[in-house]
Amino acid sequence: MSAVVDTKEIDTKKILTDPLVNNNPITLQVLGICSALAVTSQMSTSLIMAVALTAVTACSSAAISTIRNHIPGSIRIIVQMTIIASLVIVVDQVLKAFVYDISKQLSVFVGLIITNCIVMGRAEAYAMKNPPMASFIDGLGNGAGYSLILIIVAFFRELFGSGKLLGIEIFPLTKDGGWYDPNGLMLLPPSAFFIIGLLIWVFRQWKPEQLEEPDFKIMDISHGEGGHH
Amino acid sequence: MSNGSLKERLDKSEYYQKFDAYKEKVLALSNDSLEKTIAVALALCFVCAILVSFAAVALRPLQIENKALDMKKNILEVAGLLDEDTDINQAFSDQIEEKLVDIETGEYIEDMDIASYDQRKAAKDPAQNIVLEKADDIASIKRKAKIAKIYLVKNDDVIKSIILPMHGYGLWSTMYGFLALEADGQTVKSINFYDQAETPGLGGEVVNPNWRALWKGKKVYSESGEVQLGLIKGVVDTTKPGSEYDVDGLAGATLTSLGVSNLVNYWMSEQGFSAYLDKVRIEGEG
Repeated sequence: MSAVVDTKEIDTKKILTDPLVNNNPITLQVLGICSALAVTSQMSTSLIMAVALTAVTACSSAAISTIRNHIPGSIRIIVQMTIIASLVIVVDQVLKAFVYDISKQLSVFVGLIITNCIVMGRAEAYAMKNPPMASFIDGLGNGAGYSLILIIVAFFRELFGSGKLLGIEIFPLTKDGGWYDPNGLMLLPPSAFFIIGLLIWVFRQWKPEQLEEPDFKIMDISHGEGGHH
Repeated sequence: MSNGSLKERLDKSEYYQKFDAYKEKVLALSNDSLEKTIAVALALCFVCAILVSFAAVALRPLQIENKALDMKKNILEVAGLLDEDTDINQAFSDQIEEKLVDIETGEYIEDMDIASYDQRKAAKDPAQNIVLEKADDIASIKRKAKIAKIYLVKNDDVIKSIILPMHGYGLWSTMYGFLALEADGQTVKSINFYDQAETPGLGGEVVNPNWRALWKGKKVYSESGEVQLGLIKGVVDTTKPGSEYDVDGLAGATLTSLGVSNLVNYWMSEQGFSAYLDKVRIEGEG
């Protein structure tokens, strides 16, 4: 699924920027959708979630990569989960101590970073095979890729759902005497599905190499081989 | 450096040398051997447990402070005493008086430590709670504490407002909030919800200041003493008689609106604070 760095040299910039567009965890790998649906109704919660996830992905990747040569294959996933879960608890505690209001709004979703496919995906696909520094940067890059999508989705949802950005009124609402009648669907999780779907479409139009090979192709029988998979 | 001496002492210690030798041995083992699997799992759990407990213990005081401050902020807010630049702790200790009330009798309880009493915890403690009959439990809270923590705003020993805690189930979550009443125990000053997880933008609008402002001046009890305050569908026609008991329902949030009506009804009834409010009214007149 992900490109494994085959040379010993680490191309920091590439690791960091690739996941933004070319190999975005949400739009290309379609990971981490669950929280992208849940926390994007407001910009402020999305920003904190983005920072939290980036921190967890980077640190867990670095930690897993550090001990990667000593992780027994049979408990590989459990080891990864333990490290990720511990880091998530630490992040949750930090949020509760320093940004209490936002941690209240994020409620269970910080805890759910544990099950976020991106964190686990990077641990399994990259950190298990690459040195700690590269894994840390890879975590940062993928966190940034996730953050980018989260912020774009939250921008549209908050703007059209409640006429605000970061809590500041942009479109005055009709119920407060303004002209904008908010779109209630934007506040519900399904709207994020539509926005992410559209984003995937936009990304793949822009970068046609992201288009997936069709699973099945209609073959010309006269050339043999048949269409069996 | 003291670190150096500590390290030297460690290096010399017999146990450390044994540990070190064992570490070398385990690291050299094949990753798939049973011994290494168990050793790695134990070591990892140990390190993670230290990390997590360190974070939890080190940040605990800050978190408690945040929680307490947030609660005080909510109480000041519902009492209408919160400005942008209020020093919350100062304003709270100057203007708010905390009281414990026995919900059933309506009497103040003076012989308990107010600061350490937590009504939410007490509601879960079999020694301090009452399990509700299904028919009584209109707010869907299952059990309630026998003793409630309420807040009074006083001016020269005369009660100005009474702030009562309430909670009840909405669509997704138990909503916790306060209702502030005038000293007559009848007129609403303000309402707020400080803990809820209703749909943002729909039921979550229970925290919207514009909607909450609609509550100001509404009446709780009808002529016959029944709780009549509640939410209606749509917008209240203020010219109609009886509109002082109605508040606009939340658009698109029928079940949250119903939950708010139910919890107000419950906490203002005999199950809730009506005994206490009766006492306050008598004292106010006498």
